[in-house]
Amino acid sequence: MEKVLTRNVGIADSHRLETYRARGGYRALEKACRMEPDEIVGAVKTSGLRGRGGAGFPTGVKWSFMPKEPHPDRPHYLVCNADESEPGTFKDRLLIENDPHLLLEGCLIAARAVRSSKVFIYIRGEYVLGARRLEQAAAEAREAGIIGQDIFGSGWSCDIVVHRGAGAYICGEETALLDSLQGGRGNPRLKPPFPAQYGIYGMPTTVNNVETLCCVPLIIERGADWFKSIGPDERNTGPKLYCLSGHVKRPGVYEAPMGIELLELIEEFGGGMLREGRKLKAVIPGGSSVPVLRAEECQGLRMDFDSLAKAGTMLGSAGTMVMDETTDMVAVMERIAHFYAHESCGQCTPCREGTGWLLKILHRIRSGRGRPEDLDLLDSVAGHMMGTTICPLADAAAMPCRSFVSKFREEFEHYIRHGRSMTATA
Amino acid sequence: MYGQEFERRAEEIVARYPQPRGAVMPLLHLVQEQKGFIPPDAEEWIARRLGLTPSFVHGVTTFYTMYRTAPCGEYLIQLCTTVSCMLRGCDHVLEHIKNRLGIEVGETTPDGKFTLVTVECLGSCGTAPMMQVNDDYYEDMDIERVDALLDALAAGREPPFPPGPGPKRVLVGD
Repeated sequence: MEKVLTRNVGIADSHRLETYRARGGYRALEKACRMEPDEIVGAVKTSGLRGRGGAGFPTGVKWSFMPKEPHPDRPHYLVCNADESEPGTFKDRLLIENDPHLLLEGCLIAARAVRSSKVFIYIRGEYVLGARRLEQAAAEAREAGIIGQDIFGSGWSCDIVVHRGAGAYICGEETALLDSLQGGRGNPRLKPPFPAQYGIYGMPTTVNNVETLCCVPLIIERGADWFKSIGPDERNTGPKLYCLSGHVKRPGVYEAPMGIELLELIEEFGGGMLREGRKLKAVIPGGSSVPVLRAEECQGLRMDFDSLAKAGTMLGSAGTMVMDETTDMVAVMERIAHFYAHESCGQCTPCREGTGWLLKILHRIRSGRGRPEDLDLLDSVAGHMMGTTICPLADAAAMPCRSFVSKFREEFEHYIRHGRSMTATA
Repeated sequence: MYGQEFERRAEEIVARYPQPRGAVMPLLHLVQEQKGFIPPDAEEWIARRLGLTPSFVHGVTTFYTMYRTAPCGEYLIQLCTTVSCMLRGCDHVLEHIKNRLGIEVGETTPDGKFTLVTVECLGSCGTAPMMQVNDDYYEDMDIERVDALLDALAAGREPPFPPGPGPKRVLVGD
């Protein structure tokens, strides 16, 4: 497949305005400036683009939730969620560092669609290079009149602010992100009200992921039908970035159509298993918060929203982590539990206590002090975390835990009985 | 507070936000860039500047892992130990760094040169294992690359290779 999202990655000075424009950059924005906001929303709706941040909500539909015209006292905001922190996920970083102007162009078109004049890009604090590149790119675009007043003679003005986070996974959750952007601690809030009614500063706000926004210029430039023609069906459309890591020869970010076969991703793109002769044992297809798959479940499985949902897991952020037969699944689950216990914001009791409790039990099993009742306890604690909190972080910790215990139960039991792993090494 | 240039940059930051409170995090970053950590008087200054209470600002400082309330070594080594790095051997790298520097996680070498911490996923899973040294990502780390990097930093030399992926790494697969 022709690379479109990553077409500029690997080109010399791909992050500079000159390079971007020489390769056709900002033509889509120019076109969008001649379109009415509703036309842009319509095109994105027709394209079938679903949010690439994890939830897969249709982007055009989300945009249409914004009020039709801004009230003089209620300006609209567009926020780009560049807080990518889900373990196994590193696609947004690739786009930000290598093609910041593509993201800026996507932000500007989206801002026009939702009638906003101010964009905030919330980038995770650790991505220092990415933040610098975005700031440089914004300065270049401002200098060239692309960001600012009367963009391409449309009479519409827009500014972009790059805002750095400071190390908190929870700020990738949109309401926590908005509170953090307002200068506070990143505590999620209840929805409704949704950001389209009550977002940053209580104003109508749309929050989109980096990859989602990077798809927008392509849709405007090449047309919604072109975008829709990629992928297995009209609910799963467009090009997609897959993050491949773990026990494969060539880990990395790969662009392929939505719905590529998981085993093709591992074999063709990833070059197969890292160490010759070792068999595939398990795959986490969508980042650490989604249920794990056993090797036999991967056969013929397509990497799109609906196929993975049917298989009992999720596409999430397409953070695909591959594990070979030597992997100690109890150790992996303990590491995942450690992540969520560390990152819980502490606001809701089931999450604050539950994530820590899961970690304690898993640590006990791993250190050879597991009890026979621990597996039921894990399931019970995880069960009480599902759907009982303000945001989905508790679910994100509970879902992998339940799937690891049910799909690799014999490994957990072996640990409890013998005080050690039944596999060679992690 | 930290000179005219600091004040100028602080003004510029505050002007970006529709409400002054939005500037809390960038001002904390600015202080940390200047001082290496966030001292209490800086929190008080930010609070006064933005019309907030010092306890509110302190609440923000302590919520985020990147803000430090105490100084650290000249080089802050942050080793990622989350799943993808674990699958590619970060535990061996961690043991090696601990042995080499003679410190545990969370400690600073007696000469004040290196502080070692472990962190959760830094979004470099395709080039695991990885470590962040101050602002820079060093990826595809193995014992040899770790030694070469630490040798140079300890001797006050330029790192032997640039930040980013290892030499054989293709950025995006074909």
